[in-house]
Amino acid sequence: MREFTDGSSAIVRGALDAGCTFFAGYPITPASPILMQMMSELPKVDGVAVQGEDEIASIGMCIGATLAGARAMTATSGPGLSLYSENIGLAIIGEVPLVIVDVQRLGPATGGATTVGQGDVQFARWGTAGGYPIIALAPSSVSECYSLTRRAFDLAERFRCPVFLLTDKELNMTTNTVEVDEYDKPAVRARTALPSSEPPYRYLPAADVPSLAQYGGPGVVRFTGSTHDERGLITKTPAKVAQLNEHLRAKIEDNAAEIELVVKDLQAGASTLFVSYGVTAGAMREAVTRIRAAGKAVSALTLQSLWPVPEAAIGEALASVRRVVVAELNHGQYRREIERLARGAEVVGLHRVDGELIAPEAFMESVR
Amino acid sequence: MNPPTTVTALSTYRNQTPYPFCPGCGHHAILDRLNEALNDLHIDPNKVVLVSDIGCSGLSDQYFVTSAFHGLHGRSITYATGIKLQRPDLKVIVVMGDGGTGIGGAHLLNAARRNIGLTVLVFNNFNFGMTGGQHSTTTPSGAFTSTTPGGNLERPLDVCATVAANGAGYVWRGTSFDKDLSARIAEAVRSDSFALLDIWELCTAYFVPNNQASKKTLTTILDGLGLKAGLLHRAEYPEYAAAYRKATLPQRGLSLPAPRPISPVFESPLTRPFRLVVAGAAGGKVKSAARLLGEAALLSGLWAAQRDDYPITVMTGHSIAEIVLSPREIDYTAIDRPDAMILLSREGVAKVGAQLAAMRPEDRVFALPEVADVRTSAAVSVIDLARLPGSLGKGSTALYSIAWALKELGVLPIEALLAATARQGSQYAEKNAEAIRAANA
Ligand SMILES: Cc1ncc(C[n+]2csc(CCOP(=O)(O)OP(=O)(O)O)c2C)c(N)n1
Ligand code: SF4
Ligand SMILES: [Mg+2]
Repeated sequence: MREFTDGSSAIVRGALDAGCTFFAGYPITPASPILMQMMSELPKVDGVAVQGEDEIASIGMCIGATLAGARAMTATSGPGLSLYSENIGLAIIGEVPLVIVDVQRLGPATGGATTVGQGDVQFARWGTAGGYPIIALAPSSVSECYSLTRRAFDLAERFRCPVFLLTDKELNMTTNTVEVDEYDKPAVRARTALPSSEPPYRYLPAADVPSLAQYGGPGVVRFTGSTHDERGLITKTPAKVAQLNEHLRAKIEDNAAEIELVVKDLQAGASTLFVSYGVTAGAMREAVTRIRAAGKAVSALTLQSLWPVPEAAIGEALASVRRVVVAELNHGQYRREIERLARGAEVVGLHRVDGELIAPEAFMESVR
Repeated sequence: MNPPTTVTALSTYRNQTPYPFCPGCGHHAILDRLNEALNDLHIDPNKVVLVSDIGCSGLSDQYFVTSAFHGLHGRSITYATGIKLQRPDLKVIVVMGDGGTGIGGAHLLNAARRNIGLTVLVFNNFNFGMTGGQHSTTTPSGAFTSTTPGGNLERPLDVCATVAANGAGYVWRGTSFDKDLSARIAEAVRSDSFALLDIWELCTAYFVPNNQASKKTLTTILDGLGLKAGLLHRAEYPEYAAAYRKATLPQRGLSLPAPRPISPVFESPLTRPFRLVVAGAAGGKVKSAARLLGEAALLSGLWAAQRDDYPITVMTGHSIAEIVLSPREIDYTAIDRPDAMILLSREGVAKVGAQLAAMRPEDRVFALPEVADVRTSAAVSVIDLARLPGSLGKGSTALYSIAWALKELGVLPIEALLAATARQGSQYAEKNAEAIRAANA
């Protein structure tokens, strides 16, 4: 049986099923439907949803609430993501689990408020000072909006860091058909309370992530956005600072295999590989069906995790092709990641920045 | 939500670490009074979260044994709000400098307006201590700071009047020298409302030498500005975290959204995707009529996608719905060349020129008489509104026209559209059914 629904509703359902209990956001097209739905749904689970006075307040409230025991999500679009910037860094250094939905629209600035874009891909990765890693997932269909929201909550908990869900106006606001039985339901781990005898932070082994300490439990808990030792006290001791920062890097980069998520559709004998993500991967799938129906071979790779770069899967997909077509609704932001992994294969970009989608025909014309 | 607690009060809430502030800095005294207040409150340190802003005053939380949060400059109130909303039983105390009241002014104002139960201690030394004595929103006019070498030209912010006028429950102004400061802090923490204490004090590194300031000049400044000290305001507004829970209580336990599957009961002859564009005007119920068509498609065993386009100013201009109907999953939702188009208004037609131009002779256009003069290679037929009962009104035109076109296109049975309407169960269901039947009479 099928249902007729959109990405916003799927994200809300995914969040609720993942155990989300707190939402704060500021209205912005095309992310507002998530805010409005969360306002009416969260009270049902004794949760809290607030409209903040701006995006800075919204993400700030999410961070505070998380440390007091909530599982929080916020949703915005490019202009709001810009205002999240400093607090994204705080969530990184404070090791605060948080799901950030960026429903991308055409930028820069106010840009095309009601038009589709995928221009925040590198911004999500490098959108706060310092350059530390984050995790980003990108659903390419309404049903993936559901499953990857669940996955985002799980990863946020696992790695105690901000996890981005990069969607777009088209996925969130276009109603589509979903086979109800085919919603993937990845498990979402529960929060395990940190024993009060343990300090809130731990840096060794570098790639390990201790559970989150919460306010209001049996022990006192300290969080800080300054460089700190394991007790959450400010430190400038180089050895300790190095340990902290290495931990922030290693916990994500050294565990990349656990985060990596792609859909490989590789065909023997294909010399062209399509690589895409988000809504553009939908057109790619359509093109692949048509190309193969016409008797030609082609391979395709849908990236469901964008950060950290799923290098192992990309490397494998690249191994047997001569030409890679990277399709995205920006000037080629992810193409640069593929280029550095291409090892001799020709990498070409398929771009569109006029607020319209890349059509299957554009993919079809790019096969050799 | 709130686990049971046993109170483990302490005789001091300070740890062993000496304060880091300059000699004579007012922060020392304020923190000592805060410690006394916590003693007086006899409160479990686990139940207190000290949320510090940025600046010299932002270092404060480290000298206490309570729970603590140290975040970004100006944003302390936002974290504190999140903590209080999640755990209303915790006492959340914000320590912020006058710098924080400037950069975080919007948060201060809105926290007051909500009357969220935080206690905000403003360590007001009239300048940014930490960054080198620059002027702040509270620097008195004429005062010398490192960024007002000729004297401050701005008027200082009256923090107390601002929050008092905007919903705060407890507002007090005084100095770090005041004997009753610890009692006032305790009183503020005890009150369940948004409480703010504007505590004037001396930055001995910058403001004092630049302005020959002293304990005495604090009074001179106060008088010069015509401001009052003491308990300035008390009000009983509902506290936000409690009010939120009270207001949302009736919704507790209601069922969460779940998939609303549509079982196919009809059949469609479609063997390939069919792309239809409905171009109308705002207020013409284009979106809702198109949604019914989408649901009718699912009722006919098809897949459907619906993409709407309308101006941000929703009650004027065009309203376009693009509907893809397909025997298989729809991975591409845009329509570059429609198989059919329904034209309902000039505003709509003005938006779909490119799609009309892309159409070919085998494609179909159904147009209301006033827009039937469009230029396209597609075959144009005119929708006859004569059969639409006048009692239904203009709001039924879109659905009537879709039903009219369906009859001609045969992509799914008209019964499916009727069934989709019946499923609606809304006040419009009967009117909608009438419009569909009229188009097919
Ligand atoms: C976003 C941002 N901008 C600027 C700074 C630099 N900064 C650190 S402390 C401070 C001012 C602090 O002044 P105040 O709040 O009055 O505290 P005091 O040092 O006087 O106690 C500034 C601007 C910062 N930390 N963050
Ligand atoms: S710089 Fe000013 S505010 Fe900072 S510690 Fe010294 S006297 Fe206090
Ligand atoms: Mg100051």
